[in-house]
Amino acid sequence: MVGWLQDNGLLLGLAALDGLAYAALVFMVAVGLNLVFGVLRIVNVAHGSLFAIGAYTAASLGLFFASQGLPPLAGYFALVLAAALVGALLGPLIERFLLRRIYGHEEVLQLLVTFALFMILEDVQKLVWGVQPVSQDLPMTYLGTIDVPFGDDVIPFTKYQLFVLPGIAVATLVGLALFLRRTLAGRMIVAVTADKEAATAMGIDATRIMLLTFTAGAALAALGGALASPTTSLVPGVGAQTIVLSFAVVATAGLGQIEGAALTSLMMGLGRSVAVYFAPEFEVVVPYLIMVAVLLVRPQGLFGVLETRRV
Amino acid sequence: MTQELSRRALMGATAGSLLLAGGNAGAQQKPSELRVGITTFLSGPASVFGVPSKQMAELLFEQVNAQGGIGGIPVKPYFVDEAPGTEHLVGEYRRLVQNEGVHVMFASISSGSCLACTPLSDEMRKTTLLWDCGTQRIFEEGKHPFAFRTQGFGTPEVLAPLLYLLKHKPDFKSIAVINQDYAWGRDSWELWKTAMDVLKPGVRVVAEMFPRLGATDYSTEVTRLLASRPEVILTTSWGGDLVTLVRQAAERRLFERSTFVMPVAEASLQLLGKTVPAGHVIGARGDHWNNHPKPKDPAKLAKFVDGYRARYNEYPIYPCHHMAQAISALQAGYAKAIAAKGGGWPNDQELANAFRGLTFDTPTSTITLREDGQGLEDQIVGLSSFNDKFPFAVPKDMIMFPAAMVSTPVGMKSVDWLKTLTPAILAQTPAPI
Amino acid sequence: MIAEGLIALVGAGVLLAVAIAVPWLKFVLTIALAKGIAVLGILLLLRAGQVSFGHAMFLATGAYTVAFLAPAMPEALLLIPLGGLFAGLLGLLVGLFVVRYRDIFFGMLNLAISMVLYSLLEKLYHLTKGTDGIRVARATYAGFDLPRETQEWLMFAIALGLAALFGTLVAAYLRSPMGRALAGIKTRETRLEFLGVSARRVLLFAYVASAVMGGIAGTLVALTTRHVTPLLGYWTSSGELVFIAILGGAGSAVGAFLGAVAFELVRVYAAASVADAWQMILGGVLLLVILFAPGGLWGILAGRLKVRA
Repeated sequence: MVGWLQDNGLLLGLAALDGLAYAALVFMVAVGLNLVFGVLRIVNVAHGSLFAIGAYTAASLGLFFASQGLPPLAGYFALVLAAALVGALLGPLIERFLLRRIYGHEEVLQLLVTFALFMILEDVQKLVWGVQPVSQDLPMTYLGTIDVPFGDDVIPFTKYQLFVLPGIAVATLVGLALFLRRTLAGRMIVAVTADKEAATAMGIDATRIMLLTFTAGAALAALGGALASPTTSLVPGVGAQTIVLSFAVVATAGLGQIEGAALTSLMMGLGRSVAVYFAPEFEVVVPYLIMVAVLLVRPQGLFGVLETRRV
Repeated sequence: MTQELSRRALMGATAGSLLLAGGNAGAQQKPSELRVGITTFLSGPASVFGVPSKQMAELLFEQVNAQGGIGGIPVKPYFVDEAPGTEHLVGEYRRLVQNEGVHVMFASISSGSCLACTPLSDEMRKTTLLWDCGTQRIFEEGKHPFAFRTQGFGTPEVLAPLLYLLKHKPDFKSIAVINQDYAWGRDSWELWKTAMDVLKPGVRVVAEMFPRLGATDYSTEVTRLLASRPEVILTTSWGGDLVTLVRQAAERRLFERSTFVMPVAEASLQLLGKTVPAGHVIGARGDHWNNHPKPKDPAKLAKFVDGYRARYNEYPIYPCHHMAQAISALQAGYAKAIAAKGGGWPNDQELANAFRGLTFDTPTSTITLREDGQGLEDQIVGLSSFNDKFPFAVPKDMIMFPAAMVSTPVGMKSVDWLKTLTPAILAQTPAPI
Repeated sequence: MIAEGLIALVGAGVLLAVAIAVPWLKFVLTIALAKGIAVLGILLLLRAGQVSFGHAMFLATGAYTVAFLAPAMPEALLLIPLGGLFAGLLGLLVGLFVVRYRDIFFGMLNLAISMVLYSLLEKLYHLTKGTDGIRVARATYAGFDLPRETQEWLMFAIALGLAALFGTLVAAYLRSPMGRALAGIKTRETRLEFLGVSARRVLLFAYVASAVMGGIAGTLVALTTRHVTPLLGYWTSSGELVFIAILGGAGSAVGAFLGAVAFELVRVYAAASVADAWQMILGGVLLLVILFAPGGLWGILAGRLKVRA
């Protein structure tokens, strides 16, 4: 073991750097999903579509800005603008006209409504953006790379992936935690998450809180997509892959748990990149194995609270 | 016959729209239109191949119909999507044959789809042109009397770039592979490795990676490639996968450390613009380059490229060429079958007979179908370069490998044949153009 | 009960007539019947208030059992029960773990485990041929190597027979004390335990039964399409099974088949008419059903016929 670590320690270090950027993106998506679940008690299958639409919108905006001759910094503004647009437009639309009709319905119906929405949005993406890969990597290339020492060698990493992505993820985590604990709206969200009926009895307008939360969740998914867009080419099908991984994160983290989502994303990100180096066959399986292992030991998830059983 | 009649009567009574695909020889009624079923990717990551080829098919069928159709009747294409999966696709194949009554099938971009559709062509006795898939297993693992591949296949498409590399960079000592995880990615590496071990033994393989088909993030794989410093990196990836891989690799200067060999690069070069640096080995799964050094009929190629550009505002990519080849073969096949029957309309068997040994024109050259159904297509490989004519990389120092030189002979399995190669084949390699 | 049986009988008759009239639909209907059998398993779990978003793993298990064994032992009449058996064993293994969880955890764990199976089918290329899948060797039926046409009819008949068998079994099961205990898990699980009934055991039995049905369905799919791919086990396939259950109406065994036939027909016709947007059409149908006919097709039909499901 020690000998293996000596031989491969440097590689593990590289894997950790790779895993960090990946974990940051996973976190951005999963945290929105988890927030929404906490308040609405709905697992939103279409969350992955919001990620994809956010990514496409960001790339389109970025390309548009570039074509207008705006400076590269406008590319970063495009990322944020895309997330805000998708969140502010699609979020309320979906919550108000679809989800609100099924609150209190059976869980399976709620799941399927969002599944149907996912199927519809998958084709909407194709109709709007076509099927050719779309990419706008200016926000990543503009920052350039930094050489990370690796023995006698150096390995170039993009600054975007090494600093920007993890930085935004940490900022989101801290910001969300402060928002939920320190602001009135945040505390109302926490109250509705903990016990909706009691919160309503205390005079909290749960309907508004749900709308607010879903919009925020949608914006986070879209931001995740927007941040991912400079590092990848967008093709049909990104949504389906994203959502299933986010499910695993949410279940492992514990429902409604923000910090749990962060820790889980980190575990899965690192686990995956270590697998790429040492057991590439199992790269895809690693997140799910982590999930099963965690739930074996802690059935309510890492940070989850055991619910009292109804009698 | 009576059973056939009564069944036909029953069907006629219950389902008016139903058409029976003709089965009995002799008096074959000439239909009012020639129905062609085409399976291609209309959704999912692979639709970057599927949609341009569908556009090309629509354009060409319009032209064919404007000139009187095939055998005097108009052609009507039926497109189906490969993306929902094989189970769905085999159902669609049956629907097209049994319900829509298509006369010919064009099957599949994905090798998996082709492997599923070809046995159906045997069972349903329906002439099927394998218009884009490359797996060598189709004709090497069994006989398929109704299936014909109107383009080359995996073995020449891998062997030609390998020979090119051995000419261009004979001293390389280490290689890494990063291919998509499915039949083409795995098979192409097996073919490459087999041939490389025979032609240049002792090359060290420093990494073998098979990321998922449709993966969107290769940063971990790129890091590993940067760290292991192979002299050559082979990737047979295509579509969105290749675009993403190349962007991420270029951004992190992997192209400066290693020579890339990309046998399927052609279809992505337009999208990549200047991202692919000069000096890397690029292929096109055939000879379909916009700057083909000596097309058989330069005016025809120019018309082909310009017609597509005028309509769709982009250059045709190799799947467009493959579609054009299948359509050209369809025209030639019907012409031959009708002539053989003295002007009569061929039945399924007579149509299939016409394709065996058929020679037809392509936008760049001609292709002949061998007795096993496999088409012989020349391969052009070159080094990426830039010139004033194209806003993206095109090959220079091109070598045209004659199909017969790099294709597995009839009746042999590719891996067995590759093991029989000797360095003498390098001496036969033509000079760059 | 009798009315439901009658409707099932009429339905079988209609399917048969359609299969005779439009030959290629025979293929679609065979697949629909197979999926209906898998959906029966989903119904059992829904009765307990649990949704599995990973049940396609049992379908895939059945299908790959056929694909792996057919070259050595091409007897369909053995392959079908064997597929059910292996899926049942996997169901027991997975079930022992997942029946400890409820609601969203139950759903997500099923999803995760099915994704593990899916990824392995996809990644272990040398065993499974990866995403391309395996061509299923030609099967014999009771030792006979039948021509294609006969074989297709036989598969249709087998699917119809098994659908009737499992439909009846599930209907009887849901009416039995075990079935009522399942409903107890959904409403007040703790009360069950006060009565001395182990909720886990009740759920485990239903889970294994549903896995067996999933496996059988998988063998039928494999023998009919003659090609299996990992996509059979992807999470969207699992979603489809739940989709069908709700589309048909979660209340009745007949609903499962009603839903499956409607789903496959909509899919096939949507794909044929608008190849670019068939998913959108399916999604739209699902939304309409949930929002305006929560009882599903069976609910509509039963309402029309004034049958009490």
